[in-house]
Amino acid sequence: MADKQQPLPAFNVIGLTRQYGEGAAAVHALQGIDLQIPASALVVLLGPSGSGKSTLLNIMGGLDHASSGECWFFDQALHQFSEKALSLYRRQNVGFVFQFYNLMPSLTARENVELVTEIADSPMAADEALALVGLDHRLDHFPAQLSGGEQQRVAIARAIAKNPTLLLCDEPTGALDSATGRTVLKVLQQVNQQLGTTVLIVTHAAATAEMADRVIHFADGKIREVIENPAPVPAEQIVW
Amino acid sequence: MLSPLDKKLFRDIWRVKGQAIAIMLVIASGVTLMVMMDGMVNSLTDTRDTYYERYRLAEVFAPVKRAPAHMVDRVADLDGVLVAEGRINAAGQINLPGIDVPVRMQAVSLPEHRQPGLNAVYLSAGRHLQANQRDEVLLLESFAREHELAPGDRMTVTMNGARHQFHIVGLAQSPEFLYTTPPGELVPDEARFAVVWMNQKALAAVFDLDGAVNEILLRTSRDVSETGIITELDRLLSPYGGLGAYSLDDHLSNRFIVDEINSLRVSSRTVPPVFLGVAAFLLYIVISRMVQVEREQIGLLKAFGYSSVEIGGHYFKFVVLIAAGGALLGCLMGVWLGHSLSGFYQLYYKFPFLVFSVDPSAFVIGFVSSVAAASAASLLVLRRAFNLPAAEAMRPPAPPDYSASLQIPKPVSTWLDQPSRMMLRSVLRQPARAMLATLGIAAGMSLSVAMLSVMSAFDRTISLSFDVIDRSDVTVTFIEPLGSSATFSLQSLDGVFKVEPFRAVSVLMRNGVHDYRGSITALSENPALYRAVDVSMQAIDLPTEGIVLSRSLAEQLAILPGQWLTIEIREGRRPVIEVPVVSIADTLLGSPAFMSIETLNRLLKEPGRLSGAYLSIDQQQSQRLYRQLKDMPAVAGVTLREESRSAIREVMDTGAGAMRFIMTAIAAVISFGVVYNTARISFAERARDLASLRVLGLSRSETGFVLLGELALIALLALPVGCLLGYFLTSLIAEAFSTDLYRIPMAFVPASYGLAMLGVVVAAVVSGILLQRDIHRLDLVSALKIRE
Repeated sequence: MADKQQPLPAFNVIGLTRQYGEGAAAVHALQGIDLQIPASALVVLLGPSGSGKSTLLNIMGGLDHASSGECWFFDQALHQFSEKALSLYRRQNVGFVFQFYNLMPSLTARENVELVTEIADSPMAADEALALVGLDHRLDHFPAQLSGGEQQRVAIARAIAKNPTLLLCDEPTGALDSATGRTVLKVLQQVNQQLGTTVLIVTHAAATAEMADRVIHFADGKIREVIENPAPVPAEQIVW
Repeated sequence: MLSPLDKKLFRDIWRVKGQAIAIMLVIASGVTLMVMMDGMVNSLTDTRDTYYERYRLAEVFAPVKRAPAHMVDRVADLDGVLVAEGRINAAGQINLPGIDVPVRMQAVSLPEHRQPGLNAVYLSAGRHLQANQRDEVLLLESFAREHELAPGDRMTVTMNGARHQFHIVGLAQSPEFLYTTPPGELVPDEARFAVVWMNQKALAAVFDLDGAVNEILLRTSRDVSETGIITELDRLLSPYGGLGAYSLDDHLSNRFIVDEINSLRVSSRTVPPVFLGVAAFLLYIVISRMVQVEREQIGLLKAFGYSSVEIGGHYFKFVVLIAAGGALLGCLMGVWLGHSLSGFYQLYYKFPFLVFSVDPSAFVIGFVSSVAAASAASLLVLRRAFNLPAAEAMRPPAPPDYSASLQIPKPVSTWLDQPSRMMLRSVLRQPARAMLATLGIAAGMSLSVAMLSVMSAFDRTISLSFDVIDRSDVTVTFIEPLGSSATFSLQSLDGVFKVEPFRAVSVLMRNGVHDYRGSITALSENPALYRAVDVSMQAIDLPTEGIVLSRSLAEQLAILPGQWLTIEIREGRRPVIEVPVVSIADTLLGSPAFMSIETLNRLLKEPGRLSGAYLSIDQQQSQRLYRQLKDMPAVAGVTLREESRSAIREVMDTGAGAMRFIMTAIAAVISFGVVYNTARISFAERARDLASLRVLGLSRSETGFVLLGELALIALLALPVGCLLGYFLTSLIAEAFSTDLYRIPMAFVPASYGLAMLGVVVAAVVSGILLQRDIHRLDLVSALKIRE
């Protein structure tokens, strides 16, 4: 039983399922997930392709709807949200980082960040966010003028600039070499530790698990194992 | 066995089938119009030539007062004359029960005991005239149809002041009466003008022309000059009151049809290229999008060892297939539409037969120009595919580079939020493409502007002619010019408010090598009912010396005000005079020339004579007045202004001018097609960016702004360009639609521009709404996974 003194978890997921298609062609991406994620944790979701980890991330990020079950973000019932409410939820609470960065090619690094700070309630300055990811010298460069790692760091700066409660990262190092990947992971860890942002990282690079507070292993749409990690390793020490 | 690339080709076409079909349809519309109009020109020309040949239409017409029949043989003996035939050609009136207005008629003689050597008639119902039957007539079929007359019916005719009863034995058509216009009038009207054919002796008896003829027709051999023969004829026939021989080129009916065919021909060459240009633009956009998306595949194919030429050929085939598909569809539709319309055209042009046939060259031109236009557009893109290095497939996708493109000026930039910046930069990064999109929309719009302007110009022509120039209610024409007392007789009729006499004489005008057969309309001083007006619609004071020419006439004679014109008057004592051109009148119907009636009568030495008069009347008493006029033996015809107005409208709405309706409809469809396609493709290109914006928390309308703002910007840019292009296209199309009978003025009609602009705006808004729906449906998850 939850202690009354204990704060609400960032996420409380109960019996969550997600099914695509109907009948024989139906794909059961999630088959009854139960999960709690404490606020300010850094959680890594591991598992092979198609195991359901990205589907869960998308539902938690308000990009997709569950077929059944509940998904609570603190005291908000995401599973009951309308399309419009989800949009507002993303706008106020969630920062996204994707495998392919998804920067607007027509905006400079600073402008990409401002894209989000313009519509956020209490954002940090774009320059500050870029300084946090070590890109204060590349403010006026367009994405085409940046390396892959730099682009991903701009994406992270864009994600954190609005001071989100939650940072969702889907394969953030998937398109990067290992040295650059480490830099990116280091930034994510730093955001988690300095700003207290809850960070969820979906990956199939098992080594990433070493930097997490908690590791959730996925297989065939179910959680196979949850491992607590009392001593996370600094990202720069990860080898893969 | 299909090569893998060819399989890919067909699947690619299937994948973009919506757009492929849209482009094919645009190409098809252009080719349809081209094939149909070209086929129509071809068919009309062929039919006319065959008809003229089979019914032996004369090549030279020589009207005289009265020439003894043996003069026909003298004419036949002239050098270069193949056949000569004499006949009687006279005017009269038909009295139809229930119609108060006298109906004018032309009576033409046919030889007895033999087929006419020239100007034979086509019998469409009943039988031919029997020899020695004095009361038999053949009636012009179109007139009979208008009044529901048939063989077996009787009709009363007034000729040479006496009434005659005739028996209709057959209905006929003739190549010389494809257009039937009462003498001295311009507008063909099937209901108000009849032609009857009678035995020569019967007609001779009516007009006291026994043993004589009043018109000699001839055909000439190809190797002699027609002008030479005409000069010789005029000399030979001058003692017999020759009115001046003229060739088929100056024959009114023929001139009319030549003009209509030319008008169709010009339109068939000006409008389809606009369609093909638009199609080329659309293909360019689609293929450029494909090459961009398939960058990796192209790199991969190159890595496998496919040559640039093979890969280029693959995309080229894609373009050619769509273009050829459109051209094929266009050819089929053109032939089908041509066939369906030919019945209508046969009726309109009064041909006894019309075989729709398309010159194979039209198909070839349709195909070649479609494929060429399409290829020209895609070659630009294919060069990009050629230059793509094979290693491209192995590299991570590079975001499009915006650093090297045109930058938004700093002062402007600081005022903009990020979505506006994205929108502007997207336009600035590929200015050529934005320009093409602008041009594409502008092209569609210009077509609308031109068609709408030309439509209101048709109205303007009618309004200028019947509200400003001719303000009479009734025009009365006499059989022969009468003395000034005729004015008083008309004035004394019940219900006549005002009478303004006019004198009309047929003339030949010469200026150097240019000449024109027509007539001079001489008006009284300060006329109110029928006036010559200048460009600002002010009445022109007719000078006591000199002549006022209509603009089209001055152009045909290549003469300017201040220069001297030679006029051979074909009436009375037939003087040849030199007069200065005093000013230019703006008329849109026909090519009239104006003089003061005193001046003309003085030159003719026939003071006080009038050929007819313009009347303003009391509409309450009109029917009684018409009956009184009908009973006046001196009256040849009565023309009602309102009837002329509707007759000209009918001519404009059913002939070559009818094309304007088809074209306006197609123009509207094209404008919309271009706007929508541009928006659609821009959406496809940006789907991932747009999804990212949605994920970042931008609302649907904020996201929509990035895409639709660009569409709005391009549509806005297209408006002035479309107006400008439309202005030029209007003058081109107005010229194409103008015929010898009526001119379509090159007018700037603001409403047309407004309406066309509104059309583009509506198209943009509708496209925007359709796209906003797509933005709503954006699949956020999958859009993010796509690597592009």
